[in-house]
Amino acid sequence: MTEVLVLIDHADGEVKKPTYELLTLARRLGEPSAVFIGAGSQGAAAAEKVAKYGAEKVYVVDDADIKGYLVAPKAEALQQLVEKSSPAAVLIPSTFEGKEVAGRLAIKIGSGLITDAVDVQADDGGDGTPVTTQSVFAGNYTVTAKVTTGTPIITVKPNSATPEEAAGAGTVEEFAATVSDSAKKAQIVASQPRKASGRPELTEAAIVVAGGRGTGGKFEPVEGLADALGGAVGASRAAVDSGWIPHSFQIGQTGKTVSPQLYVAGGISGAIQHRAGMQTSKTIVAVNKDDEAPIFELVDFGVVGDLHTVFPAAAEKVNERKG
Amino acid sequence: MKYVPDATADRQFEQDKTVDRDGVDGLLSELDEYAVEQALQLKEKAESPEDVKVIALTVAPEAGVDAVRKALQMGADSGVHVADEAIAGSDAIATSLVLAKAIEKIGDVDLVMCGMASTDGSMSVVPAMLAERLDLPQVTLASVIETQGDQVRVKRDGDVATEVIGATMPLVMSVTDQTGEARYPSFKGIMAAKKKPLETYTLSDLGVDAGDVGLSVAWTEVQDTTARPPRSAGEIVTDEDGSGASALVDFLASKKFI
Repeated sequence: MTEVLVLIDHADGEVKKPTYELLTLARRLGEPSAVFIGAGSQGAAAAEKVAKYGAEKVYVVDDADIKGYLVAPKAEALQQLVEKSSPAAVLIPSTFEGKEVAGRLAIKIGSGLITDAVDVQADDGGDGTPVTTQSVFAGNYTVTAKVTTGTPIITVKPNSATPEEAAGAGTVEEFAATVSDSAKKAQIVASQPRKASGRPELTEAAIVVAGGRGTGGKFEPVEGLADALGGAVGASRAAVDSGWIPHSFQIGQTGKTVSPQLYVAGGISGAIQHRAGMQTSKTIVAVNKDDEAPIFELVDFGVVGDLHTVFPAAAEKVNERKG
Repeated sequence: MKYVPDATADRQFEQDKTVDRDGVDGLLSELDEYAVEQALQLKEKAESPEDVKVIALTVAPEAGVDAVRKALQMGADSGVHVADEAIAGSDAIATSLVLAKAIEKIGDVDLVMCGMASTDGSMSVVPAMLAERLDLPQVTLASVIETQGDQVRVKRDGDVATEVIGATMPLVMSVTDQTGEARYPSFKGIMAAKKKPLETYTLSDLGVDAGDVGLSVAWTEVQDTTARPPRSAGEIVTDEDGSGASALVDFLASKKFI
């Protein structure tokens, strides 16, 4: 069976959930080979994790020569792996970094690229090449597409598939990538990891509670409901631009894209840029004082009311039910 | 810069599954305005601003010249519009090829400034592709930009960390909407723009084979486009004396979120 390369999304060796989603999708296309680019010492532990989701092989690319630079060296490493393994496809997480790696790789290997897929299937009527599904124009259209030239490179959004376990051999194969000097021209001079909030990561969370202009800068009710529901906290651009909450919380076209099981919007009107970042959420709930807010066009359930009273009361009731 | 259909209008697809660019008004992608703004600010902050030239470049159909004009009105020194019917339907791969060739033709470019994404395709890959094609460092998603001579430092919010990136010009940069509001063209700017040089290149001017661009040779193919069925109207209640919270929690419980 042909290999399918899956780039592992991880932070310091800690494998992130979207990786398991990619492996689950990869199994539809061929035999998943995971690619770990990071500290070599962390490779074995990562391999054990991804083997549980069907990775037969795990290429460990020690990043001693890659760390400290932006995406160009990673794209070079992937190029060399593609040349070695002639995969049926390359699946990459649809983060900003993932998309940049994919963009450079596409030019390097002369292959078509599809970004922000929300589903990947093998073309059953044809030759089994991947057919992707994307949600475009702020979710108003669903598009299916195919790569027609080269090795399909596909970036997949988090929460696009339910990770399914499947035993893979997880055989570690160390791969020494050659990184050119030219790929090392953009250096990471300083890096400050985002403070851990104790809450689930925004893009991976099953439940997201977000606040907008209507919070008036008070995010406690948003955080309270998020904690009661075990969800992540997000924000609209208006709240970020007002300086109430850091940019890393922003949901929307210029922030993060989320696609949780449940999205609760408080005091968010629902501008098109915000919709682009949350419209694929499975269930959408909004609380807003303005009964004409466009967000109400999207909701499964809406409350016309003040989030400052509705959220805390709802959080209390949720906590009561949980006992 | 990209000329895009207005995102607030009702955007659709054509028969050939490309974006309908006639039915909806086009404009300079909002996210590219930030790139123009930052380029202008770098010029203004330079030791001798008159030596710094800001050139607005777009690959777009005829009407797309409006995007270049907008940048000229904001203060760019000159404009380049690559227009050729063969380009229609090009994917990011071909677009980055045409842009790279245009940049090479302009020549002696220190900084290629891009928006973080277009407001239509939103792929966010053209800056990386340009860097790859031009063999230049890429510094993407900048929120704060500092330059000293040919040294560039930017601050950015990465996927998991806040980072400072350093690189030496020439380079390709993309900027986010965190860089600060883009200026509006003043009346003076609008009048001055009319006299600024605006060149139009065709593919043959750039030495690009028409067979390497356009819909028919795109490396990806759209199989199908489906308009989302209208969402069935959700239930909306009005909060009175705490009833809103109760109804909300009942709804969440019915969906097994609690």
